[in-house]
Amino acid sequence: MDPIIILQAGVATGTVLLFATIGEIFAERSGVMNLGVEGMMLMGAMTAFSTTIATGNPWLGVLAAMLAAGLISQVHAFITITLQADQVVSGLALTFLGTGISLVLGEGLSKAGTVSLLPNFSIPLLSQIPFLGPILFTKQSVMVYIGYLFTPLTWYFINHTRPGLNLRSVGEYPSAVDSLGISVFRLRYFYVFIGGMLAGLAGATISLAVSPGWFSELTTAGQGWIAVGLVIFAQWDPVRAMFGSYAFGALRRLILDIQGPTILFGFNNPFYYNPYWGFFLQMLPYAFTVIVLVIGSREAMRKRLGAPAALGNPYIRGERGK
Amino acid sequence: MRSRLNSLIDALLPVLATLAALFVGAVMLLILKVNPIVAYAALWDGAFGSTNALAETLVKATPLLLVGLGICISFRGDVINIGGEGQMIIGAVLATWVGLNFTGLPGWLTILLSMFAGFLGGAIWGGIPGVLKAYFRVNEILSTVMMNAIAVQFMNFLLRGPMIDPAQAQAASQIPQTARLEEIFRLPRLAPTRLHLGALIAVILAVLVYILLWRTTLGYRIRAVGQNPHASRYAGIKVPRYMVLALLLSGAFAGLAGAIQVFGVNYRMITDGSASGFTGSAGFNGIVAALFGGLHPILTIPASILFGALLVGANKMQRVVQVPSALITALNGLVVVFVVSSEIIRRRRQRRREAVAKRDDETPLTGNKPISQAEAGS
Repeated sequence: MDPIIILQAGVATGTVLLFATIGEIFAERSGVMNLGVEGMMLMGAMTAFSTTIATGNPWLGVLAAMLAAGLISQVHAFITITLQADQVVSGLALTFLGTGISLVLGEGLSKAGTVSLLPNFSIPLLSQIPFLGPILFTKQSVMVYIGYLFTPLTWYFINHTRPGLNLRSVGEYPSAVDSLGISVFRLRYFYVFIGGMLAGLAGATISLAVSPGWFSELTTAGQGWIAVGLVIFAQWDPVRAMFGSYAFGALRRLILDIQGPTILFGFNNPFYYNPYWGFFLQMLPYAFTVIVLVIGSREAMRKRLGAPAALGNPYIRGERGK
Repeated sequence: MRSRLNSLIDALLPVLATLAALFVGAVMLLILKVNPIVAYAALWDGAFGSTNALAETLVKATPLLLVGLGICISFRGDVINIGGEGQMIIGAVLATWVGLNFTGLPGWLTILLSMFAGFLGGAIWGGIPGVLKAYFRVNEILSTVMMNAIAVQFMNFLLRGPMIDPAQAQAASQIPQTARLEEIFRLPRLAPTRLHLGALIAVILAVLVYILLWRTTLGYRIRAVGQNPHASRYAGIKVPRYMVLALLLSGAFAGLAGAIQVFGVNYRMITDGSASGFTGSAGFNGIVAALFGGLHPILTIPASILFGALLVGANKMQRVVQVPSALITALNGLVVVFVVSSEIIRRRRQRRREAVAKRDDETPLTGNKPISQAEAGS
């Protein structure tokens, strides 16, 4: 129950949610909701693990994971952008598809033994900072450090660059983008692909860094859905997504640690003596997601902003309105 | 004549979608170095090859149909219920509790009370996201998924804690399961197979849901809210109330599916710690079946049988050619992919037909759009 350890682990496990959430932010900012994050993450986790077994190089695993998840996201892109079908139904289908394929191809991977994982290291100087140093910069996975750099970069890209402006516009008012001679379809395909690659990266972060290995559906255990929920809490903002993800990561670790000691705050620990009470603790991340959704939705209502205006609507050229 | 041909082609589109999915599945089998013909033959044999196989298919189809009926209601009301798994679990928990504790009553009464408890449990678990959506604008897709995860842990708590089988509580194995229901509290079987009364109940309910949706004010209002909430509000319909009602009813049917699973098949609640350990993923597959049936309660019956057959056949396929039965999960996804894709073909044909009709007689068409599955599900 050391708070430093809980926060340190929280940042590490939260990095998985961070990548998946930012990926979904990209897709939704362009106007395409992709509910298939869970399936794409499983694809990523399975591909990363099996590629690393085959080649011995975890970086190739990461690359393959991003490509595999990016490719499968294009099924969703084709159905929703070109065929203009319903995004919710297609996203669900993608969840089934991704889960099914990864379970079939991942059969037997759980017994495959150990592989070389992504490196962990401390950052000199920065790790000496009191309190923050041990949490953020000591013996963390390289993926965690990538997350630190990635979040501000995406924030800057979305809010302060020309392509970022195009991304925001295509999600708010696609016909305006179209009238400028920029292809709405191409942009949306691109950002759905980016979203898929980041979900794949999130999957690879699980199977090669945070909790190494392949445990079929339990590898992701619903984190893809939590990521979709975090997008709403984050109000489509990468920086808020970072805080949300780390907070969830810390919560997951806290749940594990709280069941360990025999004495808790001077009392006999009920979770230690009646192990089945622990199931109530395991509800917490999901109950928190619901609470977070209530907060996010209220805030969106109050500020009169929130979801990109064209989110969920297919763009049909020449049709009036959105 | 022309219109009959057109509707025949429309009706055949889901069949073509299934064939396309099976074709892609065959490619996947080839990648796994398995002969797809042998694999699919095993699948067919496992699903329809004998009386027992057929009965198993219908037993598997029953929860799919019940969940699917709920999905027909909620998706028609433009409320997306992904929480079938959790609603099944809560319904089953409540029903099992009644079945194990109200043992002084006549058998039929306890069964009736248990089914009602299942209905109620599912309704509560579906109603919570309904209220959150209608009054707090919380996205119901996400809240229902979260409610699934919460229900799983609640089930694990009960089945390892307060409700554990007394025999297991003393044994070292500690299998998470409840005590077995007494024989008089089980749903009667229909034939010398595992087929039980629940299958018949589900079919009757399908007809009732059809009547509810198209022959009652309640159903009309649910559909009106789904088609156009703004217009419904101006027409004086209390939109939030019908949103809650759509999710609540949807959950209730899933809850009943859970109760029937316990009282008709397992005779006790048992899990492996995951949701699918109890539900067999019926909460998700029911969505696929309903979508495949075009969100029509009667058409959901054959759709459920199809997916029930795939699930039962997959077990045989796994034994014969050693392909993980998870292939069926991928196949389900593919079927939905092709069904939603074929939707655009139907819509284009519809538009062309309307254009022709418009040219033939110059009277302008009124703007009532046909309810397509994609629109109903948006």
